[in-house]
Parts: sequence; structure tokens; C-alpha cells
Amino acid sequence: MFTDRSRLCVPMISQAPALEIRNLSKTFNEKAVDGLSLSLRRGEFYALLGPNGAGKTTTLRMVAGLLKPDGGSVSIFGIDALRDPVAAKAVTAWVPDEPMVYDKLDPLEYLEFVAGLWGMDDGKATKRAAELISVLDLEAQAHMRCQGLSKGMRQKVALAGALIHDPQLIILDEPLTGLDAGSARRVKAVLKEYVANGATVVMTTHILEVAERMAERIGVIARGRLIAEGTLDELRVQGGHRDGNLEDIFLSLVAEESAAA
Amino acid sequence: MTTASLPWFARHELKLAWRDWAQMAAGGRTKRERSVLIGAVIFVALLHWLAYVLLSRVLPGADLASKATLITLTASILLTFSMMLSQAIEQVTRAFYARSDLDLILSSPASSRNLFAVRIASIALTGAAMSAMMIAPAINAAAWIDGPRWLSAYAVIAGLSAFATGLAVLITLGLFRVAGAKRTRLIAQIIAAVVGAALLIGLQAAAVFAYGRLSRFSILNSEAVGRAAPALDSLFWMPAKALIGDASAAVAIVTTGIAFLALVIAVYASEFGSNAIVAASVETDKKSVGGISRPFRKVTPIGALRHKELTLLGRDPWLLSQTLMQILYLLPPALLLWRDMGQDTQVHVILAPVLVMAFGQLSGGLSWLTISGEDAPDLMATAPATGNMITRAKIEAVLTVIACAAAPFVIGIAFISKAGAVATLFGIVAASISAITIQLWFKSTAKRNQFRRRQTATKVATFSEAFSSIFWAGATGFAAASSWFALAFIGLALLTLWLTSRIKPEN
Repeated sequence: MFTDRSRLCVPMISQAPALEIRNLSKTFNEKAVDGLSLSLRRGEFYALLGPNGAGKTTTLRMVAGLLKPDGGSVSIFGIDALRDPVAAKAVTAWVPDEPMVYDKLDPLEYLEFVAGLWGMDDGKATKRAAELISVLDLEAQAHMRCQGLSKGMRQKVALAGALIHDPQLIILDEPLTGLDAGSARRVKAVLKEYVANGATVVMTTHILEVAERMAERIGVIARGRLIAEGTLDELRVQGGHRDGNLEDIFLSLVAEESAAA
Repeated sequence: MTTASLPWFARHELKLAWRDWAQMAAGGRTKRERSVLIGAVIFVALLHWLAYVLLSRVLPGADLASKATLITLTASILLTFSMMLSQAIEQVTRAFYARSDLDLILSSPASSRNLFAVRIASIALTGAAMSAMMIAPAINAAAWIDGPRWLSAYAVIAGLSAFATGLAVLITLGLFRVAGAKRTRLIAQIIAAVVGAALLIGLQAAAVFAYGRLSRFSILNSEAVGRAAPALDSLFWMPAKALIGDASAAVAIVTTGIAFLALVIAVYASEFGSNAIVAASVETDKKSVGGISRPFRKVTPIGALRHKELTLLGRDPWLLSQTLMQILYLLPPALLLWRDMGQDTQVHVILAPVLVMAFGQLSGGLSWLTISGEDAPDLMATAPATGNMITRAKIEAVLTVIACAAAPFVIGIAFISKAGAVATLFGIVAASISAITIQLWFKSTAKRNQFRRRQTATKVATFSEAFSSIFWAGATGFAAASSWFALAFIGLALLTLWLTSRIKPEN
């Protein structure tokens, strides 16, 4: 699908995990994230699940450098993201659930701007933009100002912006919200190819079938704490549902946590 | 209170407005309220003192009933009214086009008629309050020197604001019918700019051509105008007479203004909701389909940021009226400069403060759009660029526009007076940096089209910018005239900035 995927090899500290979170905590009025620790391997597709208000988005926003943690550490490919955020951001992409693009720019202008922000080579950026526009089926909207695009199209533009600089860690918060079935399939295919080429994806979703089919490992958080983690089979054991689907396991784990609290 | 009734909406709007004000007034620092209050009192007292000093030389012994005085007062009232009308047109247009909470309200069974009636009344009230606050030192000083009858000026302001708002509603609705929803916004912005500036510019341009002066008083005090003016007992002078304490005239002005606004709302309120829905469905511009028509440019991150800001500034429809108005205000000085080019005159003394004021205000508008108006804050925050780099690029974009617009004027003045050009340059830089600094202090990231937030969150900043521009303009004028009085105005400008820094919200 994409050309020149060889540059996805990670130049940072060798063998360091793609993402390592240690004792991360954040308190607003109450504890949103409570001593959370996670470790993501390179080339892994990781799904972060949890009920509303569990701390998923807060966690990812801290990883992306959008929120300052109260405590703990975040390391991206061995780079301390709290001490050297610029270096960490250079290899990271963040896609929020609410697509934020410039109303007065068209998708191509938006991609050109993002490529400039990440200091990309102009030739490579032009080529990547053309590929992404094609893969995400945005050709018809390429020259339309974003103010006229639907939420789903804006979401695809935001995703194209996140992917244009070939990030090695892609953080997605509910990336499939607002997408039609065809677009959702395209996005999933793009993300799978990124992972196949060595990139790491961490994603929150409430669509458990997506997590079940795409993620290699799944983390379940509740009340800001990781309550279960592993492959689907490992979660089945942890959740006591030997033949259950992810929905059964998830609901069971969350109910147990609520009862324990 | 019945749900969605007129009083219910009024209460809702008042609650929102009050919370916006309370948040800004507290600035997130309840412990420092006292020092802020003391500072504000000193500032207001200083303005009153300045007004007192100026008016105490003019008012005692002035023949207020003379035709010359009535002409001057009427012209000032007309100028104020034109500014109010300009603001009202812009606000009424925004009320129709800004989505904000309109989607929620219009999709509910509540009466949009009531909502818009309340919002339009609040436009009139806000306009009156803003004008009253700006003119208060002069009115209060005049009342102190010449008696409380001058306080009737507040009533005149209220009446004028109501009348201006009613007229603005009629103009906007007329545009919807004639030009359609797609063009109304643009045309209304242009009309707002022209209405706001036309009278002053016309008077100044006439003064430039007739007398070689920028002062509108050259025309107003001329014999020709005196001869052409109506007799003293004409109704034409009613607003001016109301201003100087004629109680019956003041009551007539207030009653007429409010009755006119009420009539407009009562007759046309049924159109408000449908116009807002039409405005919401305005088709966005579409170009023909095609692939990548040109290769991307190689830029540095800061270059990309600068380019983005300049592109967005160029595409902001709401910036049009503000920029157009500033450009229009610069026409008379440009005329004067062109007329006096190469002659040995003191024209730079007149031009310098006008230019500084205009560019200070323009900087404020541009700064808001670049510094606070950000449609993709997450993208900015996750880009491999430091906050300082992003801020620098945004400031550079503002300064680029200001430098391009100001350069011809400064160069023109340099042909007349090198010192004048230096003073003007200093003033423009100081006023622009002050405006940018204020916007940085009051940065409140919002989407560019979130006008309600833009207006409410930056009221303090708007006032601070206005006062800082005025004081830098004063300082520049005196500096251009080689007067040490410039230092007093520099002090006032710095005091304004200090006070603003005390009020700024905590980040």
C-alpha cells in the first residue's frame, strides 16, 4: 500500500520498549489515573479498554504530552517523554476522538502544514500525502476546505495528518468514531499495515469487536488502574470465561473491580 | 418562570454573561482581588483626572447653546452612533452565523423568537455599556465641573445604542432578503466597516483637502458649515441638547431608541430563527476535484507555522471588517501625507499618533486570531516543536502583517521628518508588542469560529488593548513634537500593562 516503508526502523535506544509507563498518576477532582504501569513492545497493536471515566483518555493524553502527569514516568523508545518531549513527539502521532483540523485549510494544505511541523522532506511529504489521500479515499475532498467536510471525513484527514510523518508510535483515542463501515475498514487496514511494518499502535475503543480482532494484547483499566492485561486467551483465564468473547470478559472484569471497590 | 419564555432566556443569557465576567474579573486569583481593585481604582481616577484637566480649560465660560457648540456635539454624537451601528451590525450578524449553542436551541421546541429577542436586546445593552465605560471619565468630569446635567449623556448613550441595534437588525434582515444568506455575512462585514469609519474619514478627508489639516474640527467650526446648519430651535439638535442636560430631550431620545428597538424585535422576530437556520446551511466553497496539483514546499517547522497563520489570517471572514476599518482610518492620514509630501510641515506630529492607534488595534485583532484562535490545539501540543517556537511563529506572523502595512507610512513620514519616522516606528512597535503581550496573557484557546467565547473571554483584554494603544499613540504624538509630556503617556501605557498583568488569568 505504501512505498518506502523501510524507514520505519526505529533509530532510538535499541531494544527499549515502544512505550513504557511507570506509576503514572493524575488527579483532577479525584484520581483519574492511579499508579498505572504499562509496557508496549515494538510492532505491537495494543488496545486499552475501560468503562467511561476509567482514565483511558487521560493516560493517552499524558503519553502524547497533552497533560502533565502528577507522578510517574513515560518513556517512548527509550526517550524520557517528560524530560525531552520534542524528541518523543518527533516519533509519535496522536489522533483524538474529536477530529481537530483547520476549517479554512483543505486536506492537502493541512497535510502540507503537518509535514512542515515535523520537518519532513518536501518530496517525500508530497508522495506520502498522495498515498494517504488515496488510501483513505479523500481524493474527492482533497481541495475542499475542511469546514465543509463531515465528521467522518475530518477524522480521516486528522488520521492522514497523524500518519504523514511515518510515526513509530501511533496513539489513537476512539479512532473509528463517526466513520462509516467502508472508511472504518480502510482505517483498520492502514493501521494493520503500519504494525506489520514495525510501528506500534495503542488505541482506546468502545467497539470491543475491533479490539478483539485487531489487538495482540489488551489492557483493561478501571478507576485509573490496570486491572487486567494480556492476549485474548490470557484475559479469558483472568476473567474466568474460557469460551467467552471479549465483551463477556470485559464486563466480568469491570464488575469484579466495582464489587471490590 | 415558564420554560423558554422571554424572561427564562434572559435569565439564562444573564447567567452565562455573569459567569464569564466573574471568571475574568477574578482572573482565577481570588487572593489578589484587592490589589486588582486598588489598581483599577487608581487607573480610573487617573483617566478622570486627565478628563478633568482637559475639560476644565474648555467648559467654564463655554457657550453651550451656541450653534458652533451644538455642531461639534452633534458631530461627536453622530460619530459615536456610527461606531455603535458598526458594532451592532457585526454583533447581529454574528448572532445569526455563530453556531455555538444555536444548534441545540434551534433543534428544541423552544421559541427561537424569544432567544433572538433576548440576544438582540443584550447587544444593545452591551453596546451602551461599552460606550458608557469609554466615555464615563469625560461625562463625570463634565458633571463635576459644570453640574450634574451632564449625566444625561448616559441616557443619550442608552437611547443611541438601542436605536443603532434596531437599525442593525433591519440592515441585516434586509441583506438576508436581498443578498441571501451566503453573501450577507461578507456584505454585512463590509458595511459595518464602512459605516464605522465613513463619517470620521469623510470629515477628515474634507479637512485635509480644504484646510490641509487632519482635524475634523476644521470643517465643523467653519463658516460654511455654520451657515448650512439648521436653526437653533430645530429638532436636529435634540440629541446634542439632551447631552448637555435638556431633560425632555433626553427622555425623548431614550424613549425613541428603546421603542424603535422593541418595534423591530416585535415585527421581525419571527424571521430570526429561520435566518439562523439558513445561515447554518450556507454551502461551503468547493473547488473542482483533482489530485495533488503542486508539490509541497520544503519548510522548517517554524516556517510551516508562520505560513499556516498567514494563510488562515487571509481566509478569516471576521477579520475583514476589522482590517478594512483600520485601513479606512488610515486613508485621511495617507491623504495628508501625500498632500504635504516634501513640504516643511509638522504633519508627522498629527500622523504619528493616528498610525500608532490604528496599528495597535490591528495588532490586537490579529494577535487574538493567531494566539488564541487555534482550531487544532492537540496537533500543536503533540508536534515536535516547543511552546516557545509555536508562540514565536505566531508572533512573527502578526508582526509580518503589521510591518508590511506600516512600512509605507513610516517611509513616507521619513521624507518629512526622520525623527518623526523614528517616533512613529517606536510607537507602532510598542503598541503592537503591548497588544501581543496582552493577548498572550489572556490566551484562551478556542476555535476561530467560537465568537461568543472570543468576545466574552477577552473583554478585559479588549479594554486593555484600547487603552494601551491610546497611551502609546499619545506618547508618540508628543515624542514627535519633541515634548517631554511623552514620558507621562509612556508611564500610563506601562501602568496599563502592569494593571493588566495583575488581572491576567492564571494558566
